[in-house]
Amino acid sequence: MEQFAPIKRSKDGQPVRYLIVDDSVFARKNLARMIESFGGQVAAEAGDGLTAISEFERTHPDIVLMDITMPQMEGIEAAEKIVQAHPEARIVMVSSVGYQENIVAALQRGARHFVQKPVKPEVLYEVIKYVLGEDGAVATGAGAGV
Amino acid sequence: MKMELIQPFINAADAVLSQGLSGTTKVGNLSMEEDAYRRKGVAGMVALTGDIEGRIILDLEPQTAVRVASHYAGADLPESDGLIKETIFELANQVVGNAVCALNDQGFHFRVHPPMLLTAAEGDKTSEDVEALMMCFETSLGNVFMNVALRHNKRRMSDHATVGL
Repeated sequence: MEQFAPIKRSKDGQPVRYLIVDDSVFARKNLARMIESFGGQVAAEAGDGLTAISEFERTHPDIVLMDITMPQMEGIEAAEKIVQAHPEARIVMVSSVGYQENIVAALQRGARHFVQKPVKPEVLYEVIKYVLGEDGAVATGAGAGV
Repeated sequence: MKMELIQPFINAADAVLSQGLSGTTKVGNLSMEEDAYRRKGVAGMVALTGDIEGRIILDLEPQTAVRVASHYAGADLPESDGLIKETIFELANQVVGNAVCALNDQGFHFRVHPPMLLTAAEGDKTSEDVEALMMCFETSLGNVFMNVALRHNKRRMSDHATVGL
């Protein structure tokens, strides 16, 4: 997989920590590989919305990558509950069901962005940079920790 | 079954497989299925409910499924690996999700259900109003079969018409 210039947290130069939420093990592995190629770290994984909420509380990740169609609790509802409790949460919806209705619902309920599956690493990379804003920094060259 | 319902699934499968398998795909045989569905290997089924109802099956012969999953995993997987099933599920999910986006743009509304593993060798016989279309996508790693059985939900459609949607 293509390697990208690492994205670090501006405040401490540490890798960005992600919570990956998807009922598909395949999708989680795929996203985890992309995150590693961005210099990030998988803080936790969840296979449904309910587990996502508890994993968010446990790990406080910098970014949540959240699928929509999942058993028990769907992604948009989970995103809403997380954002209600933690307005600073950065949630990016990652779903194949990317029609306008879903995108609008997700954004209205607290998600920061939407990425359509199949995920292109270069698209996700740009979205993560955008969502992190000033809280993220792209390391350029040796020693550029922040 | 109208082609306007089918075409988005063909386009979506072509796009998802081309991108994921890093090569061109060719749409091979298309045929109407009148008999019950016969599973070929590792098959994932995604159900749709809403203005259009039915199901889509993505089905790969066992060795093709191993090759496809290994390609995505970036390593050779044994035939028994659970990731093979997961890969087929996710591919089915992506194809359906992308197709549904196109149909949504045409005004149809749906709910996509999580993929299920098709374990029976033979599925339900299709009824008169749920015809199934079987198509084959020829890829560099083998053939990927897609079976689409959909019908308009006339009650939902008339409800929309009544309220002007």
